[in-house]
Amino acid sequence: MRKLIQFGSLPSATATAAVPGHDSAIGHVTGQAAYIDDLPGPKGMHHLAVGLSPHSSARVLHMDLSEVRRQPGVIDVITAADIPGHNEVGAVYPGDPLLAEKEVRYAGQMVFAVVADTLYNARCAVAHARIDYHLQTPALDPAASIRAGLTVLPEHIHERPLPAPALDRGAAMSDDTQTSGNVDKALQRAPHVLEGEQFIGGQEHFYLEGQIAQAEALDDNGLRVLTSSQHPSEVQKLVAEVLAMPLHAIVAEVRRMGGGFGGKESQAAALGAMAALAVHRNGCAVRFRLPRADDMQATGKRHPFHNRYRVGFDDTGRLTGADITLIGNCGHSPDLSEGVVDRAMFHADNAYYLGDARVTGHRAMTHTASNTAFRGFGGPQGMMPIEGAMDDIARTLGLDPLDVRKRNLYDEAHCETHYGQHIDQPLIGELIETLEASSDYRTRRREITAFNAKSPVIRKGLALTPVKFGISFTARHLNQAGALLMIYTDGSVLINHGGTEMGQGLHTKVCQVVAKELGIAHHRVRISATRTDKVPNTSPTAASSGADLNAMAARNAAITLRERLVDFAAGWRGLPREQLTLEADGLSAGETRIEWSELIQQAYLGRVSLSATGHYATPEIYYDRKTGRGRPFFYYAWGAAVSEVHMDTLTGEYRVARVDILHDVGDSLNPAIDRGQIEGGFVQGMGWLTTEELRWDAEGHLLTTGPATYKIPACGDAPRDFRVALLEGHPNSQATIYRSKAVGEPPLMLAISVWSALRDAIASLADDHTSPRLDTPATPERVLMACRAIREAHAHDAPSTRKEMTHALSEK
Amino acid sequence: MSDHQNNGDSRVETFDARSPSRRRFLKSMGASGLAAATAPAWAQIAQASQQQQNAPVEPQDDGAPAEGEQQIQLTVNGVEHTLNVKPNAVLLDVLRDRLMLTGTKKGCDQGQCGACTLLVNDTAINSCLSLAVSHDGDSVTTIEGLSNGDELHPVQAAFWEHDAYQCGYCTSGQIMSAVAILNDDNIGSDDASVREAMSGNICRCGAYKNILAAVQDARGKMEGAS
Repeated sequence: MRKLIQFGSLPSATATAAVPGHDSAIGHVTGQAAYIDDLPGPKGMHHLAVGLSPHSSARVLHMDLSEVRRQPGVIDVITAADIPGHNEVGAVYPGDPLLAEKEVRYAGQMVFAVVADTLYNARCAVAHARIDYHLQTPALDPAASIRAGLTVLPEHIHERPLPAPALDRGAAMSDDTQTSGNVDKALQRAPHVLEGEQFIGGQEHFYLEGQIAQAEALDDNGLRVLTSSQHPSEVQKLVAEVLAMPLHAIVAEVRRMGGGFGGKESQAAALGAMAALAVHRNGCAVRFRLPRADDMQATGKRHPFHNRYRVGFDDTGRLTGADITLIGNCGHSPDLSEGVVDRAMFHADNAYYLGDARVTGHRAMTHTASNTAFRGFGGPQGMMPIEGAMDDIARTLGLDPLDVRKRNLYDEAHCETHYGQHIDQPLIGELIETLEASSDYRTRRREITAFNAKSPVIRKGLALTPVKFGISFTARHLNQAGALLMIYTDGSVLINHGGTEMGQGLHTKVCQVVAKELGIAHHRVRISATRTDKVPNTSPTAASSGADLNAMAARNAAITLRERLVDFAAGWRGLPREQLTLEADGLSAGETRIEWSELIQQAYLGRVSLSATGHYATPEIYYDRKTGRGRPFFYYAWGAAVSEVHMDTLTGEYRVARVDILHDVGDSLNPAIDRGQIEGGFVQGMGWLTTEELRWDAEGHLLTTGPATYKIPACGDAPRDFRVALLEGHPNSQATIYRSKAVGEPPLMLAISVWSALRDAIASLADDHTSPRLDTPATPERVLMACRAIREAHAHDAPSTRKEMTHALSEK
Repeated sequence: MSDHQNNGDSRVETFDARSPSRRRFLKSMGASGLAAATAPAWAQIAQASQQQQNAPVEPQDDGAPAEGEQQIQLTVNGVEHTLNVKPNAVLLDVLRDRLMLTGTKKGCDQGQCGACTLLVNDTAINSCLSLAVSHDGDSVTTIEGLSNGDELHPVQAAFWEHDAYQCGYCTSGQIMSAVAILNDDNIGSDDASVREAMSGNICRCGAYKNILAAVQDARGKMEGAS
């Protein structure tokens, strides 16, 4: 570059809105924000389709793909034998072959691939495969799998207090019997003991943009993969392993995803690897998009859980002990199930001090798609037993469930979790008091009780449930991030970081942080696609940690450049360094002012490096799996929701009439984005617990393979009256990015209040003294069955309600 | 700025495809980004969308149909096309693959999610379930045809102002449904009616509160404009 750009050829920095809008706002409303399938594609690009296993458990006896090869447009047919490197795309442990080899382990598993000139030809050709299978009996019941010793990983236990000899947990992990510690004694001594069991359904991600990848060859034997992935570094690594190439030859790139929700944390890698393999073999660019029905069969979902709980409590409802067993249905392979079941265990207490506690996590193997990350990562499933228990205790003692919950909350006196982490900021008590008042809980409770007493068919339910969610990856090494910040000679700034944008507003937040640190207008900062050749060795954008990690890395890079610029300016103009600040789009030193663009050009001429990397590693966290103790989380995010439901007890149909939420995001980085995450997380959680039902047939075939049979909340299902507020005045006690808190996952669990309110409405049929079992999703069908069950049970105990029943039926 | 030209048709632009005129528009709203072309892969789409921006998609005329193809006349965003399509070609695919109008998305491909919603003769349909040959002579409006040059359609502007999207994938379908609803006198203007009418479009991110606010706000803007 010989001649610098002229001042004034770029927009001046007058527009300094406090908070910028979405980085792709205009692109989204005009339809021009491109997703991978919208790209024109390189010349000569081919398309890939895969043949899926029709059986859940079978040996592959013979594969005849000759007819497939002869179909029009087909240029290549690929099987496991054609893979030059490892036939393995497991994220943490092996067990996920890219293509099935000798056996198939779930219906929907990828068995072979076809590359053809058009997508239509590729998909048509797949149907011509002739494969002989020897069918085996599939394992489909996770509880039975645990009894039979079929697991993807060993069980794991948290216990308080630690039993004397148990500092080495190795024995307990391989041995399926649990040591009896004080938990059992606590339960023996407890004035009251309750038991419960629940089945918690899984959830399909249904990212609206399905799984997709596009690969093309670069010169010098390199390869670029455009991937719709939350974890481009893992796509890069797995492509390299499948192709037996070094990592530096592979570039994985993500501009944006049409939704991820955890479904593109590990599951996107197989598509990237498949497309890359096809490019490696054929030279042409290849795009691989799964049709929706295949996507739903081939990729993993939220783990269904079978939970059991035994709780001991006193006459006031205060817990004295809890023994909680969580069985996660992991599907056929480990995938991310170690962390998912761990996180379920870490959240078995939710916001309550359990007293003496034992939490056991099992990882059951079944012949279904390997279940994977989904917003909350096991946390939601882990909270369900204790939330169920709170309602059960209240009904046993004749108390309002809210009072039982409040009695058991973590506070300054009870602030150590069952895995030994000290809670330094137990905001939940105050938060609930505020919400209880703002939602008018007590008045509405009285009104609802009065309404229910007079309404035989329509019943109302009300519930307030809290959320405490631990923030950090439970795998310690993932808690790091990198960023690359560049300033060009016109004063424009480009930031790249390891996080990916899937709609959560991460890029917007990171740009905000850079603009703030450099004291420049938002419009000067631009963010571009996440690429492994810009920021290497990144962690997945997951665990709600995207902004916590990447914005910190970007901030560190910005601080480096800021210091360099200030040093330079001090020397150049002979100004006292300590008086110099970067603000309002320039450098200020008392009376002296240097515009940003001028500063940058002078710095360039002064041979100052105008690019920097930033790195961040979350401090202080550790966890010892052997003892089941440590500080796995940097901090906790809190929240609570009050839900009111109106239910027709003769059909099981119901509506969520009103929801009040108060949620803790520390000092919010961007309140509009955070509120969007809270509302969206709640709606998604509500779908998980109410309408989204996955069904398999007796042979393990998924029956719900599209939104026609799998009901996702629509606009009309969202709460009619939806009041969302951010908790004010409580900056994060830990030194996170501007004292903010993560917001991606925690709000999903606020939806447990809907489930609890449904149980409340059903319990009203038995004068609030019996706790109905209500597995999830609590579809109208399940609600109706629960209503019938409680009515029948109650009819035996109290003949008076029989009259009500008859009355109700005649009214209908 | 990276507007250099190659062979007259390879214009490299930033991947989020803000044309110079769009950029001026943005600048005045304080949400602009500055260009530094570093993403060649994503530049391709920018090139395609620049063409859309500066001039609507060129009229296509396929000439005489080959065996097994049928000829249809399709007016898309005001431009007439004569296209030869297979009888089983789906309208969505013809728009995306032949006319490169990729603003309309494929979500579920079975008419249930609403991502592919567009207007045919001012009626909203799921274009993934509609055969192109059944639209001979029809007039189609896609998200690309909504704005008037630099001026966003009131529904687009309202979606922007209300942050009525997160990942953005359902947005074009939501906007097209909203346009149809706001022009349909049979659909009430109250929140309950709008929720019901918008329930054919899934937003998996759950931005429904903002979507409802945007639709109702656009109603005011459209009434004010007329």
